Amino acid sequence: MTLTKAHIVENLFNQNVFTKTESAQIVETLFELIKQSLASGDDVLISGFGKFSVKGKNQRRGRNPQTGDPIILSPRRVVTFKCSGVLRERINP
Amino acid sequence: MTKSQLIEELARAEGITLKAAELAVNVTFESMETALIAEDRVEIRGFGSFKVKAYDGYKGRNPKTGELIEVRPKRLPFFKVGKELKERVDR
Repeated sequence: MTLTKAHIVENLFNQNVFTKTESAQIVETLFELIKQSLASGDDVLISGFGKFSVKGKNQRRGRNPQTGDPIILSPRRVVTFKCSGVLRERINP
Repeated sequence: MTKSQLIEELARAEGITLKAAELAVNVTFESMETALIAEDRVEIRGFGSFKVKAYDGYKGRNPKTGELIEVRPKRLPFFKVGKELKERVDR
């Protein structure tokens, strides 16, 4: 099974604090705030879950895997995730 | 941004109490943790997806002492960034 945003909304709604519409809106905003932080280059640290970091990659030479032609890959920014120790222990009991 | 800052920003953005925002943040990440512990995939459209990958054990060295150590097999969540987030971060 795959957990989706719809399941998270359902779980939040089941706390009997918010309506279904409010729950959906809140979960949407929550992920939007995380995306905004990362887009501005600021890491997001969720204790007990893990850390999302923005890392700069230097320009490098690569190849087109289909044709084998050498190409220059421009410098870019990527998001990486490191699992927290707590979550890691819970996944590896 | 830390979890408590996320809670504050969520409370402000949605006009809800800090307590309500904290509940929302906790339910969200607990839902994802429970799924990953059960080795289920997590997929948040526009943000990214997580799946638990199994890694073999190997013989390694303690980089400080050079001592030979046995690294045991492990399972770790792997995050694949979603298209929208990937593009927004690299702009």
